[in-house]
Order: sequence, then C-alpha cells, then structure tokens
Amino acid sequence: MSGIPHDHYEPKTGGEKWLHSRLPIVGLIYDTIMIPTPKNLNWLWIWGIVLAFCLALQIVTGIVLVMHYTPHVDLAFASVEHIMRNVNGGHMIRYLHQNGASLFFIAVYIHIFRGLYYGSYKAPREITWIIGMLIYLLMMGTAFMGYVLPWGQMSFWGATVITGLFGAIPFIGEPIQTLLLGGPAVDNATLNRFFSLHYLLPFVIAGLVIVHIWAFHTTGNNNPTGVEVRRGSKEEAAKDTLPFWPYFVIKDFLGLAVVLLVFWAIVGFMPNYLGHPDNYIEANPLATPAHIVPEWYFLPFYAILRAFTSEVWVVQFASFITGGIIDAKFFGVLAMFGAIAVMALAPWLDTSRVRSGRYRPQFKWWFLLLVIDFFALMWLGAMPAEEPYATFSLIASAYWFGYFLVILPLLGVIEKPAEMPETIEADFDAHYGKSGGADATPAE
Amino acid sequence: MLKKIATGAAFALALFPAASFAAGAAGKVIDYDFSFEGPFGTYDTNQLQRGLQIYTEVCAACHGLKQVPIRTLSDEGGPNMPEDQVRAYAAENFSIYDPIEDEDRPAKPTDHFPENNNAGAPDLSMMAKARAGFHGPYGLGLNQMFKGMGGAEYIASLMTGYTGETKEEAGTFFYENTAFPGGWISMGPPLDDELVEFIDGSPNDLESLSKDVSAFLMWTAEPKMMARKQAGFVGVLFLTVLSVLLYLTNKRLWAPHKGKENG
Repeated sequence: MSGIPHDHYEPKTGGEKWLHSRLPIVGLIYDTIMIPTPKNLNWLWIWGIVLAFCLALQIVTGIVLVMHYTPHVDLAFASVEHIMRNVNGGHMIRYLHQNGASLFFIAVYIHIFRGLYYGSYKAPREITWIIGMLIYLLMMGTAFMGYVLPWGQMSFWGATVITGLFGAIPFIGEPIQTLLLGGPAVDNATLNRFFSLHYLLPFVIAGLVIVHIWAFHTTGNNNPTGVEVRRGSKEEAAKDTLPFWPYFVIKDFLGLAVVLLVFWAIVGFMPNYLGHPDNYIEANPLATPAHIVPEWYFLPFYAILRAFTSEVWVVQFASFITGGIIDAKFFGVLAMFGAIAVMALAPWLDTSRVRSGRYRPQFKWWFLLLVIDFFALMWLGAMPAEEPYATFSLIASAYWFGYFLVILPLLGVIEKPAEMPETIEADFDAHYGKSGGADATPAE
Repeated sequence: MLKKIATGAAFALALFPAASFAAGAAGKVIDYDFSFEGPFGTYDTNQLQRGLQIYTEVCAACHGLKQVPIRTLSDEGGPNMPEDQVRAYAAENFSIYDPIEDEDRPAKPTDHFPENNNAGAPDLSMMAKARAGFHGPYGLGLNQMFKGMGGAEYIASLMTGYTGETKEEAGTFFYENTAFPGGWISMGPPLDDELVEFIDGSPNDLESLSKDVSAFLMWTAEPKMMARKQAGFVGVLFLTVLSVLLYLTNKRLWAPHKGKENG
C-alpha cells in the first residue's frame, strides 16, 4: 500500500497461503508495521503514539466509568462521588480519565505545531492534515461533552455558555440550540444526549485515526528536513529509511514511557491541578459562578471568541454590511471556528516550495511568534473580559489570522530559503556520522 | 532550538492550570502547614479524629456531609476508628428517616452523614476541593505547584479570618472575614478558643481547631488520597525503570546506524 518501495509479506507455509489468498490481514499488518520510515525523525515525532495511547486510555477508562455512572441530573454528581469513594480503584480510573483529557490535548497541540513547523501539511499530505483537523474538532466536542457529565457547576454553566454560541447563528441558530439541549435550557435531556455522544464520538475518532494513518502511510512520513525519501529502488529507499519495527516502535515507546512518567506523577500527586474547583460543587441552575472558565485546552479559542466585541470596528463593519445579521456574538463564533478553519487551510495558504521550517530563515521567527501567540491567547482566555485583556486578546487574535492569511502566503514569495541537504541520508550522516565507517567502533 | 522551545512549551502547558482562575476578588489565604501536603504527605489519624469531633459538635448543626458514608470513618488512610466505635458514633449523633417505617431511626455505619442545609449552609463533603487557596502569579497558578491547591488552607484561613466587624444588610448580618472573597460572609464565627475540649488534652486554641477541622474536611473530600499517592509512587518507580530500560534498548538498537555514537 505504501509508495516507498520495500519488502512485502510473502506467505510461506500452506496455512499462511490459505489465509492470505482469502484475507490478506497478515500482509496488511506486516506492511503497516514494517513501513519504511525516514531515519532522521526527531523526538517531536513521538506524539502520534502518545495520541494513540491517549485514545485507548480514554476509551478503556471511560468504559469502566460508564459501568458506575448514572446520567441523570439528580444522580450524576453523586454517582461520580460513588466512583471516587466506593468503586475499587475508582478514584484512580476517574482521575486517569480526567487528566487523560489534558494529556490528550497537550499531545495534540504539540503534534499540530510540529506539523506546522516542519510543513507536514504540504502536498502530498493535505488529506492527512485535513483528517487530523477533523479529529481535533471531534476531540474538542468529545472533551466538552465529557466535562458536562460530572454535573458540577462548571459543567452546567460551561454547557450553557457553549451551547449558547450556536444560538448566535442567524435564523437557524435557535432551533440548533434547542436540538443540542433537548429543550429550552441545559437539563436532563442535555445530560443524556451529551452522555450518548460522549460515548459515540471516540469511536468515530478511532475510525478517523485509521484513515489518518492510512493517508500518511500512503505518502510516507514527513521528516525534519522535509526532503522526500528516494523512491527509485528498494536499495535507494533503504538508505533514507529504517523499518518502523523495531526502530521507531522502541523509540516511540521510550518517548511514551517518559511522557507517562510525568502524567502518572500528576495523576498520583496533583490530580486536581488542571481542573477547576467549582466543578466539585453540584450544578445549580440558580447560582452562576463568578467566572465561567473553560478547561485550559479551550482557552486560546475562547479568547478569540471573546475578542470580537461590538466595539471593534471590524465587527461594526460586518454588522453594517450585513444589515445586522452578523452581530458581535455571531462574529465571535465565526472567528472561533474561523481560527481553526484557517489552520486547516494551511496547505493551500502556504506558498513556499520549501517544506521544513528548518530551511526557512524568516518563517522560523514568525512561527515562534505564533507559538508565543498561542500561549498568550491561552492566558488571555482565562482572564476576565475587561481592559487591558480585551485589547491584548484582539491583537493576539489578529496575529493568529495574520499568520495564516497574510504571512504564510507572502513568505513563500519573498523569503530566500537556506540550503537543504540533498537526501535524508545526508542529513542523518551529518548529524550522527556515517555508519559503518572506518572510525566506527563495533557495538558492545 | 525549536525542539527546546517545543519541549518547554509542553512543560508550560502542563503547568497551566485552569484551576488557578477561581473566584475573583480572592481573600487572603494563609499557607498553613498540613501533614498531607506534598507527594509523601499523609493524613494524621489523630488530627482527623479531632476534626470529626469538631465537625460533630459545631459544624454539623448547620452543615451536612451527604456524600460521605459513615462507615468510611473506620477506613485505613482515614480516621481509622474501630468499627464498634463508628457504630456507636452513628447511633448517638445522627438519626435517619426510614421511609418504610415512616419514622426516624438511629443512623447506622452504612448510612451517609445526613444532609443538612440549615440557614442555607452548603454541604461540606467536597468543600476542601471546591475551594482553592493560591492563584498567582498573574493568575497562572504556578504557586499551587509548591503550595498545593490550598482548599484546606482556605477553610482554616476562613475560620481564623474573622475581624470582629459586622454589618446588617436587608435584615441579614454579615461578618467581615479576610479570607472570604468579597470580604463579608453571612456565617458568624463558628470556632473560638477552647470551644471544643479534647479528651487527650490536645491544643484547642482557635488556630489548632481550625486546622484540625480543615484536615478532616480534606479527608472527607479526598478519602482515597493515601491510596492514590501510593499508586502514584509505585507507578512513577515502575515507569522510571521502564524508561531506563527502553533508553538502553533504544540506544543499542540504533547504535549500528549512528556512526559517531557507537556504544
């Protein structure tokens, strides 16, 4: 299935041949795990495995939690406490699931920014990128609905605010909001449908993950140089690559083990550090919390949502042009989804023929600024909606859009790229020295 | 360079708690020392039992603990009281409405502490997790890495934070308190020096009582803390060994392909 030439599975015994001619599943697995992988991948390429692990972790812990959880407004909060107090190991399973969401998002953000820096989104990997963005959107939906299930104060009021966004869509917004909520306000019907979808969506994500892997196994992995693997012959390809098993499996497991070490320490010693204290108060429709703040992984986009108030001239202009159909609230919603949309369109907005940021002297700095911008937005999303944070949010949002809509298209035209290595092999050897050379000492 | 930035970013993300942005105009929370702080911190059984006594004699008049089963008072890693003592405690202090007999009966260890919201008092089961102490600097919550979430500190600070000033607004009395967000709380000072007598003569000044009851409420909020930290410790050890083994395996596996670093 891969475009890079390599050895394929050959059934040898009678039994293997019998199976292979009917269902070539062994061949599929063999080709998948033996795929030639650029040997110069650095440690930023481990996050895919971390993400796969997160999905498995969330599904497994989630299935166990469902066995003890009750999706009803009167019982949900107490049933989570039942898990924390009475279910054997329940407190660990629940804390793993709760913090697993944070690990999932840390991993996905690093994975996305790695793709943005090394140009992994560029041709021919646009489909991989788009599928990835869909997975990211589904992750956000799943995480949001999962956060509602414990039925704490932040669950309830977060659900109220976020579903309210859909109500901002002109004409069709209110029916959509009612459909989401199952009624006029967040209530038992909302809790039940969120529970149902929270269980369903991870399996949709799992399906998309297979497509995501399928897509980049067809094009081959990107790598830190952005230079393609030579595909003239098997021998040529073998100079640039090593098989995924065992080289990258072991390397990825090492990365995963170190990440899990930190993760486990957080779960064991400070499991509530990333959560919100208000969610240990049972939901109360009559008492609004002082600050309704989403989980940390939504904060950057929450900041963009809030940045466009009715005082901003762009908003006033949009409102004037559309005769008031686009008001400040709807503009904010458009901006929030637009922020992800422009990222999804990066393959077509980036005009540079050089893939990797490593050989783009100006791009490097704009990219670094984008990373800083992301953290700034995250911080601003948690701050109250007042000055000076409102102005900062507007500037930071403007840079987010500016990066994708102006800087990426222009840079490709004006930037003079640095010299790139001819091949992946040359890059690898420049880094580690030529293998098997005269000065190489034998392995112990 | 960018690799380092990305790694740094990962860490910064991990250090970025949404928890730090709790209620605004936060009051002043004193960083009291508790035995359960830090990765190796454990509950002090005697302190939890004293806290239970304070809760029973004082707080229980208005506040419930409806999420907490009374039987858990005999849990190891908790107050660790003998089972017969727990049975006697339940029967002496609480009665439960029995819907079949249509009358109140003495509470049993299998019952939960009763619900109680006299005068609108909130349930205290998870109060120590529903409040946070420290949010700085700049709302980043980094100091919670070192000081803990601060729920127990908040409760103790609230108990000791009364200034003595009162005011009346629309028929309700408010008491000035340096720990309470906004500065005025409708609960009068619940504890005072020597309000509760301990059989073993433990100190019962206001600060000691405040810390004891806060420790007890930390336990009601997080009864499995000791088991959790133990699991955390075992897991960290295991993953450290696994990481070292994988590091060595990986190094050896790749060595033939890396000219410079053979070994």
